[in-house]
Amino acid sequence: MSATRRVPPKTGPRSEAARADAHLVHLLTQMLRIRRFEEQCVELYSRSAIRGFLHLGIGEEACAVGVMEALGPEDAVVATYREHGHALARGISMRATMAELEGKLEGASRGRGGSMHIFDAPSRFFGGNAIVGGGLPLALGLALADHLAKRQRVTACFFGDGAVAEGEFHETMNLASLWHLPVLFCCENNLYAMGTAIERAQAETDLTLKAASYRMPAWEVDGMDVVAGEKTAPTAAEAVRAGGGPHFVEMRTYRFRAHSMYDPDRYRAREEIERWRERDPIPALTEELKARGLLDDAGLERIEAEVAAEIRDAVAFADAGALEDVADLERFVVSEKGGGQ
Amino acid sequence: MSEITYREAMREALAEALSRDERVFLMGEDVGRNGGCYAVSLGLLEEFGPERVRDTPLSESAFVGAGIGAAMGGMRPIVEIMTVNFSLLALDQIVNNAASLLYMSGGQFNVPLVIRMTTGAGRQLAAQHSHSLEGWYAHIPGLRILAPATIDDARWMLWPALEDPDPVLIFEHGALYNEKGELTEATPGLDIASAAIRRAGDDVSLIAYGGTLHTALESAEMLAAEGMSAEVIDLRCLRPLDTEALVGSVLRTHRAVVIDEGWRSGSLSAEVAARITEDAFYDLDAPVTRVCSAEVPMPYAKHLEDATLPQPVRVLEAVRRLGA
Repeated sequence: MSATRRVPPKTGPRSEAARADAHLVHLLTQMLRIRRFEEQCVELYSRSAIRGFLHLGIGEEACAVGVMEALGPEDAVVATYREHGHALARGISMRATMAELEGKLEGASRGRGGSMHIFDAPSRFFGGNAIVGGGLPLALGLALADHLAKRQRVTACFFGDGAVAEGEFHETMNLASLWHLPVLFCCENNLYAMGTAIERAQAETDLTLKAASYRMPAWEVDGMDVVAGEKTAPTAAEAVRAGGGPHFVEMRTYRFRAHSMYDPDRYRAREEIERWRERDPIPALTEELKARGLLDDAGLERIEAEVAAEIRDAVAFADAGALEDVADLERFVVSEKGGGQ
Repeated sequence: MSEITYREAMREALAEALSRDERVFLMGEDVGRNGGCYAVSLGLLEEFGPERVRDTPLSESAFVGAGIGAAMGGMRPIVEIMTVNFSLLALDQIVNNAASLLYMSGGQFNVPLVIRMTTGAGRQLAAQHSHSLEGWYAHIPGLRILAPATIDDARWMLWPALEDPDPVLIFEHGALYNEKGELTEATPGLDIASAAIRRAGDDVSLIAYGGTLHTALESAEMLAAEGMSAEVIDLRCLRPLDTEALVGSVLRTHRAVVIDEGWRSGSLSAEVAARITEDAFYDLDAPVTRVCSAEVPMPYAKHLEDATLPQPVRVLEAVRRLGA
């Protein structure tokens, strides 16, 4: 590459295509960051650096990555207890995320929350909610605040198929629609609420149909295909932002690992898991990029090496992190003088 | 000085808040078109419009949670729940979110929310509209619990509650709405932290709040007729408790009776008694005693409801047992 040769910036459809190609590589990189991060979490759990409940989203990375790409910095995100991927895709640093999992002061929530409660004010990431369905009313309220303040923002609310069985889901869907609030409901349907299969838990298993019954645009996408998700999400997000009221997207996905580290996974057939593994979103996109000549083995190795370096750095950061002084145990039960918004 | 009802005092407080701060809005069941289940917000819809006086469906969990979310989104919501029994449908949002978010997020997200609700019995509303569960909420770190018992507190507690950066629950005893009294003009900086001495005395401390303040005052009057001087303490703020005021009173009187419409077992009255015992044991001339509601779900029949609730006659019996 010559430093002296100035190339005029490309314009027109060709550069747009190039940007789109580069973007696909970016999506792959984001999914790989999440996947490798969570694989690292398993190791850290084995050596007891991470304790408590640890819910991994391995297999579901495309959902978070696809939706986050559609959001701007002013938008809000409400996530669940299976939210490492959402936090990373939203731009919370891997260092702060890992330090939180290790219960360190440098963690996103000062080590007060752990794996299930990652919060980040600068990126408007409102948790990390571990009561199934409990985050939906919060998203409703964040959107209500935007509505009352006449701000054109989107609140993206993630939840699983399990939440659809909760009363809070139905109350929230009704109110969001009734009040025409700017919420993007992102349902990650991985077919199991802990160990209970959806057909054993819900009389109507078509979740999109349920959402549509509240008179809001609702549709399903392949949650194992990041490109499909990433095409749908901006359209939905823009419609919400433009005043189109709440929208509902059901992403059909699957978690390859058990519900949590304590779950013996007795409720699924091995063949079922294997069948879904064949649809792993990461190899799928990798193959597509290779087939289209947008990525070669060397390129993939480079990405993997960069991700591995970021993870090493995050683990070192977390390991070296401080434990909060026990004298501060009661800080933030209530706001400090002059604190609060 | 003008005479107004507790209900009107509350309404004036709401109107003031809506006028002073455009971030403030009121939402709940029937607060708008119907003027409030207890007519507290009558006329506010006409004055402030449907965006700021917002009727909700019967979805306690969603609209309380929406209040929490809106508070985090920069607003100052006032959420009305018709009665404390219904607040149990929103317990998840109040305990798991409102009270916990600041701590759980490492100090990042405070929740400047006010939730108002009716509490208490005395109106023959039976077991699902009459209980006094404020003591449960007083168990929860992260919440401030207020119980305005006077016209002044009904009028002046709301604004400081809205200025609190954290969630505040205000319990309005249903039997107080028609109480009439003289309103003191604006009490700048009225605190929502300390207990108040409503009647000074030397022989026994009657400790009450909300609906039982009147029981305590009536009892004190009856005791005075018997030549006994009772001090009446109004807790006002149930969490955090003003332990100093409790102990201060007991140091003067050396005897204490706690009067609470909640049940006795595992209750707020137990907490008050324990604090006095912990901090003023050697100044007590007799054990702390309690007058609480009978441990039954509230019955409908008038004579049974009366028998359930703390009555002055039971307070007098308790005082006599203390040998005052």
